[in-house]
Amino acid sequence: MPHTDAAAVALARHGDSDAFRVLVERHSRAVYRLAHRMTGSPQDAEDVVQETFLKAYRQLGRFESRANFGTWLHRIAVNCSIDLIRGRRHQEAGHDAADLDTLGSADDNRVDPSPERLMLSAQVQERVSRAMDGLTPMERAAFVLRHFEGQSIDEISRALGLKANAAKHSIFRAVRKMRLALEPFVES
Amino acid sequence: MTTNLHLHDDDLVLHYYGELPAPEDARAESHLSACQACQTNYAKLQRLMAFVDSAPAVEAPPGFERVVWARLEPELHQTRRGWTSWVRLSPAYLALAAGVVVLVGAAFVAGRLLPRSGAGGPAPQSAEKVRERILLVDLGEHLDRSQMVLVELVSANNESGSVDISTERARAEQLVAANRLYRHTAVSTGDAAMATLLDDLERVLVDVAASPATVSQADLDSVRRRIDSKELLFKVRVVSSQVRERQKAAIQERTKQSTLGS
Repeated sequence: MPHTDAAAVALARHGDSDAFRVLVERHSRAVYRLAHRMTGSPQDAEDVVQETFLKAYRQLGRFESRANFGTWLHRIAVNCSIDLIRGRRHQEAGHDAADLDTLGSADDNRVDPSPERLMLSAQVQERVSRAMDGLTPMERAAFVLRHFEGQSIDEISRALGLKANAAKHSIFRAVRKMRLALEPFVES
Repeated sequence: MTTNLHLHDDDLVLHYYGELPAPEDARAESHLSACQACQTNYAKLQRLMAFVDSAPAVEAPPGFERVVWARLEPELHQTRRGWTSWVRLSPAYLALAAGVVVLVGAAFVAGRLLPRSGAGGPAPQSAEKVRERILLVDLGEHLDRSQMVLVELVSANNESGSVDISTERARAEQLVAANRLYRHTAVSTGDAAMATLLDDLERVLVDVAASPATVSQADLDSVRRRIDSKELLFKVRVVSSQVRERQKAAIQERTKQSTLGS
C-alpha cells in the first residue's frame, strides 16, 4: 500500500486501481462530511462522493504532484455538490418563500428524543441539522461555503452563479433562519 | 449603516465574517465598543455561530469506503479501459458485459418489432417508448437478481451461530452500481414509486456489500429486519412481476402493430 497520497496518485495515474482504492479509502469520509453539509441528504452526499472520485480519476493527469490531494479533491467535491444543487435550483421556487415565522413552530412539532439518551454533541448536531434543513438548497450552499469553507462572498457568487448581492442575501436569509431555529437552545 | 443608528443584523453578519469594507468595518467596531444593545446582539450572533461550529459533521455509515469502491470500480474500468481489454475482465465485469448484451439484444428485438415507417403503416413508436422497453428488459433482470439475493439472505442457514454471506455480498456489490443507475433513471423520469423501491433496495444492498464475509446471527437478523420492515422482498416481487407484464404488453403491442402494418 502506498504510504503517501502522492505515491498513490502516481501509481493510479498508470492504471493501478488498487492505488486509487487507497485514495478512496483515505478520503471518502471527508468528502462525505462536506457533501452532507452542502446537500443535507445522505443519498445526495453518497452521489456527490461517487461523482467526486469519478471526476478525480478522470482528471488525475491534471493533478500537480506537489499539490495536496485532499485539498484538490475537496475542491472537486464542492463543485460536484454545487452542480447537484444547481440542477435542482428550480425546486427553490416556492420553497424560498418559506415563512420564517413558521420555522420555529414546525421544529416544535417534531418528536424530541429524550435528552438523557443523547450525548450533548449528538443533540447539537441534530439541532443544527434540523435548522439547516429549513434552508433552501441555495441558502444552504451559500451558508456552508461562507461559514464552514471560509469562502468570500465574491467566491461564493462565482461558484453558485449568482450576483454578489444575491449571494450575500442568501447568507443573510440563512443566518436569520438559523437564528430563529436555534436561538431558543443557544440562549436557554 | 451609520455610527449613530444601531447596526443592522445583516451588517453584524458581514462584520462577523470580515466581509465589510475596511472603512465600514472600522465604524462598526467603533459603534460596537460604544453601544450596549449592539454588543448584546453581536454576542448573540457569536454564540449562535459557536453553537453551529460545535455541531459535529454527519459521518458516513460504517463500511462506507467499501461501498464507495463497489460502486466506483466498474465505472473506473469503463473510463480507463478500451474495448480490447475486455477479454481480461473479471466475472463482475463479465456480468456487466452480459448486461450490455441484454440491452443490445433488447434493442435489436425492439427494433425488429418496430413497424417500418412508410405509407399506410402505423405511426412509428417514439424513441422514448423504445428506450422504455429496453429499460424494462434490463430492470426486470436486475429485480430478479436482487430478489434472489434477498431470498438467500432471508433463508440463510445459521445453525453454527455465524453465517457465511460472502456469495450474497459479492452479488450485492455487483448490483449496487446498477441499482444506482436505475434509481437515477426512475427519478429523472418522475417514477417516484420505482425510485422509492430502488432506494430502499439500494440501502439493503449497500449494507450487505459493506458487511464482512461472515456475519453473526444478530447481524443477519438486523438485515432481515430491514428487509421485513420495508416489506422489501414482497415489493420487489410485485414490481418485478409488474415490469414483466409491462414488458409483455409492450411486445404484444408491437407485434399487433407490426401485423397491422404488414
